Amino acid sequence: MSDVADRVKKIVVEHLGVEEDKVKDEASFIDDLGADSLDTVELVMAFEEEFGCEIPDDAAEKIMTVKDAIDFIEKNAN
Amino acid sequence: MDGSGPIQSGTLMAGKKGVILGVANDKSIAWGIAKAIAAQGAEIAFTYQGDALKKRVVPLAESLGCSPDMVLPCDVTDEESVDAVFQALERSWGKIDFLVHAIAYSDKDELKGEYLATTRGNFLRTMDISCYSLTALCQRAMPLMSEGGSILTLTYFGAERVMPHYNVMGVAKAALEASVRYLAVDCGKRNVRVNAISAGPIKTLAASGIGDFRYILKWNEINSPMRRNVTIDEVGGAGLYFLSDLASGATGEVHHVDCGYHTVGMVREDAADQISELLQGLRRNG
Repeated sequence: MSDVADRVKKIVVEHLGVEEDKVKDEASFIDDLGADSLDTVELVMAFEEEFGCEIPDDAAEKIMTVKDAIDFIEKNAN
Repeated sequence: MDGSGPIQSGTLMAGKKGVILGVANDKSIAWGIAKAIAAQGAEIAFTYQGDALKKRVVPLAESLGCSPDMVLPCDVTDEESVDAVFQALERSWGKIDFLVHAIAYSDKDELKGEYLATTRGNFLRTMDISCYSLTALCQRAMPLMSEGGSILTLTYFGAERVMPHYNVMGVAKAALEASVRYLAVDCGKRNVRVNAISAGPIKTLAASGIGDFRYILKWNEINSPMRRNVTIDEVGGAGLYFLSDLASGATGEVHHVDCGYHTVGMVREDAADQISELLQGLRRNG
């Protein structure tokens, strides 16, 4: 597992207060991990802070699963 | 100073009780104010609107040692809900010394593009929640502030000058700033002060609804006299001033805590490269 994936999963575990083994790549923040609409905004803000990257609104709207987040950050983070 | 200094503890707010409306999470400007006044001995009640915010506000309130009974639901568009907050405050404390109004709302779809496209429905809702709510709260706070008090609201420079995408929220904040002056007169004779802090852009949950907000943040960081953005703790420090007796002679004020951005008339000439890069990035995204 990549470093980015580890760090993304750590943020998800801490923010949503879910078990680590539930945070699988294909897990949907809202459907599988119990996130509400504010959680998804807060998660994006937390990813931006952790990785020093910018996630524009139209990209953020497409980040539905853990893997979506990892893929976006791997492509765009410095 | 880079805005990240420790929060000062002391007794400037000792014995003072009051309510903060509008904490959403630990990035909220209202939370910066809450931390600053709690460290100076204030006893605080909080309100939340809806369960999604309740689950965020309750742990924050507890972390400041607030009683769970003093975390109250409040929908400012519902008169009964507002009345219930003040009934609870009166029941528990009999009086209050301060109130912080950190509430605003507009349809996200109208916080991008042209102001010209604003709909009547969203205009009225934005004005109701972001502006009238302060007046509604002041009305109810007066009987509980018979020994004097301080009321504080939050505004933004978009009330005074046009900011891209801020649109109807700028119009509502202009009306809010005018309300502060009118309320200052009516409340002044009751020994209650009413002020506003015009904070520079800060990355909060609410700001995430504003189009191109990153661009506004970066623009302020480059062009403000202090060459950085403000923190919620710095707004908290100014909030402490207004809510404590330090500001006993100040009312009707709109105080800028924006690293001086409101004073600037032109972009920083020695940052031409950074500014040009920023504008090009914006054009690419747009």
